[in-house]
Amino acid sequence: MEALTWTGSLGGYLNPIFMILVGLLIIALVAQMVLGFFAPPQTLQANPDGTIAATAGPLGLAETGVKWLFLATLTVVVAYIIVPLVMPYGSAGIIGEMSKRFLPVWVALIALFAVSIYYKRKLGLYGKLFDSTIGMIGFALVMFWVFTALFVGVFDWIGTHDYLSQVSGLKNKVPGVPVPEGTEGAIPHYLLGGDNLARDIFSRVVTGSVFVIAIAPLATIFAFMVGITLGLPAGFYGGKLDTFLSFVANLILAFPVILLFYLLVTPEIVQTGIPSYMAAFLFVFPLIFFGVLLNSRYYTQPAKRNAILIPVLGILGWLYLSIINQKGTVIDFLPAWMDLFDISILVVFVSVVFVNAPTVFRIVRGLTLDLRTRDYVAAAQTRGEGAWYIMLWEILPNARGPLIVDFCLRIGYTTILLGTLGFFGLGLSSESPDWGSTINEGRKLLLIYAHPALPPAVALLSLVLGLNLLADGLREESLKD
Amino acid sequence: MGLFILRRLGVMLLTALCLTFIVFWLTNLAPNLEKLAKTQGNARMSDEAVVSWLENRGYSQALPVKYGQWLGVLPGYVIEGADGEVRARCQLPGEPVEDASTFCGILQGDWGYSTVFKDEVGSIVATRLGLTGKLMLCVMLVMVPGALIIGVLAGMREGSRTDRSLSTVSIVSTATPEYVSGVVFISVFATATFGMQWFKGTATSAMDDATFENFFLPVITIALYGMGYIARMTRASMTEVMTAQYIRTARLKGVSFPKIVLRHALRNALIAPFTVIMLQFPWLLNGVVIVETLFNYKGFGWVLVQAAGNNDIELLLGVSIVSVFVVLITQLISDIGYVFLNPRIRIS
Repeated sequence: MEALTWTGSLGGYLNPIFMILVGLLIIALVAQMVLGFFAPPQTLQANPDGTIAATAGPLGLAETGVKWLFLATLTVVVAYIIVPLVMPYGSAGIIGEMSKRFLPVWVALIALFAVSIYYKRKLGLYGKLFDSTIGMIGFALVMFWVFTALFVGVFDWIGTHDYLSQVSGLKNKVPGVPVPEGTEGAIPHYLLGGDNLARDIFSRVVTGSVFVIAIAPLATIFAFMVGITLGLPAGFYGGKLDTFLSFVANLILAFPVILLFYLLVTPEIVQTGIPSYMAAFLFVFPLIFFGVLLNSRYYTQPAKRNAILIPVLGILGWLYLSIINQKGTVIDFLPAWMDLFDISILVVFVSVVFVNAPTVFRIVRGLTLDLRTRDYVAAAQTRGEGAWYIMLWEILPNARGPLIVDFCLRIGYTTILLGTLGFFGLGLSSESPDWGSTINEGRKLLLIYAHPALPPAVALLSLVLGLNLLADGLREESLKD
Repeated sequence: MGLFILRRLGVMLLTALCLTFIVFWLTNLAPNLEKLAKTQGNARMSDEAVVSWLENRGYSQALPVKYGQWLGVLPGYVIEGADGEVRARCQLPGEPVEDASTFCGILQGDWGYSTVFKDEVGSIVATRLGLTGKLMLCVMLVMVPGALIIGVLAGMREGSRTDRSLSTVSIVSTATPEYVSGVVFISVFATATFGMQWFKGTATSAMDDATFENFFLPVITIALYGMGYIARMTRASMTEVMTAQYIRTARLKGVSFPKIVLRHALRNALIAPFTVIMLQFPWLLNGVVIVETLFNYKGFGWVLVQAAGNNDIELLLGVSIVSVFVVLITQLISDIGYVFLNPRIRIS
């Protein structure tokens, strides 16, 4: 087997075109920037026949140039992705083969976008997202990794080799290296090369997405539950409760995050059981939240309330007990048949929730302070609604806009935090394929072999960037109302 | 105003006490102490040996007592160990026990002794803080003007193409954590992979002699992450000012656009970013830890990692005190500065 080049035979045609287009695009962009400061503004001219014509001038010319050059460059990029799908194995190079591996993701993305754009007027805020280019790009980046994680985690599709198996002779080999005869795997190449322990980097990166996509949103949801359950009363009642809770929140926020991680996420601390107690404390908040939410709504109809509340609390309680109950830690009382799952990285999960919750608390508290002076709150109070009903069913729905935007941003921040933990080798096993640990592995030999650290870095960057762009698009669209 | 500052100082002191107590408690948990005994004494110590080692060195006292001693409000221990040797907390190396002072804690200016570096914590923190100060100064010099220029340019014409492209740039920079940009910069600009080996991949030599070649990458790595956030805040504040009535009046008077931006808008638009820049310090501390580890620059962040990794209790406490005070003082400065800069706010 020969080693793969980056673009294969396709590159012979596309690479020169791509280079020229990118060069022209950069020139046009610079020209437009410079002209934007010096060129006279557009002027309108009245024609003798009564119509008005705008002369574009050099600035307009540059803008049109940028637009078309950008579209042309985009077409070439799409060609790099699409054309290899119909080419035989090995002829389209590394990029072509990666594009083929991601085929299920492309199909899912196209299907999702087609359906969403078709029905966008019926889909509320989600549908409005498809009116903003920035939001769509962000959503595409996020969904790319969500689908990747789904297909890798559930069907084991995209990865080419086992992410843990080491193949002798492939240590630190450059991208596109052929594997020796008889190695197990979907294709006979390491697409992005081998890492320090001769494992396939491509497979490790796509497997790492499962970890991030599973943990980051879940941890953010828990942080939001804690922040909302505490922030609403703090903002609504004010007084001593507010002073105390704000003091505690500021206390946690004054800690440098890395110091906190180094203190909390060590094997010694796990031994003492502190993470288990913290989990028991933090994860009870969803229970309280849903309990109060449903009770405040239906307490005038006890029969209906019991019919809803008992199953909900029962299921949540069972999930809660299974999460905090872990073999070999201080909280280990459930019989094995009741314990649904064991989270091996409970300490990572807990500390990420712990770090995020105070910020959410502050945001919710600030929003509540603002919203409690509104007329509809006064109206609800006059109607004789309870305090918790007002907080959860009047104030919270009206605070959803900023909260949804912050939720997207916070998933990105959580991803960065998880990467930080991996980067310092805290709480995760060194074999773990998550992106932070892989960057940490790769950076040790960075000055000699640059290729193992780059793919996870780019992956993490693209996911966080996608979340930030998505949040920006959502903010823009929700402000338009 | 005076009362406001006094109250803030009081809260600050309380926060610092709580935080150091938490650090003290976490570092003094039984498994951590056992690890300390085994790394300092003998890795194959029996359990009894560990217990007596800890007892001899005062680690087995009650937590509040230990904390009081460290703080300097309780007299330091004098313990006659099981091995017959008498040890005192305040004893300097080689000094007889009788000459040791009664109190030695933070309040007396005695920060303790680092078990990893075998040196006084105070002097370690001072030298490392100096090195990090140099790094931070460079970061600030790059980050603050850069962010303000980007923010003002983007915010002066909201919705223009300059605005959209600069906003995208700042979103990209906030989405790039230091360990990602650092890795990318090193592999692009410090290795031969892409043929652009312009800078050095380590900053160890920059500790004595910082040059553009060895110091630029760490500085730009930290600066980029914070820059986007400040730029977005500046942009938001600038767009708000540009829609204000007095700007419209100035335009209607026929004042030229550059003059409006520089004379009328700029000063008012820079109030909000001031707060953001001050509150950016705690974030920068994270960046410093990551970048110093990545570029092997042995400053404050590097010491934090070493102290935490080896459970060097007194060094870790010293480090956390300094970092917590940095955070709290910047918060205080940002509050006070905001009141001074913004005449619309009065605190009674």
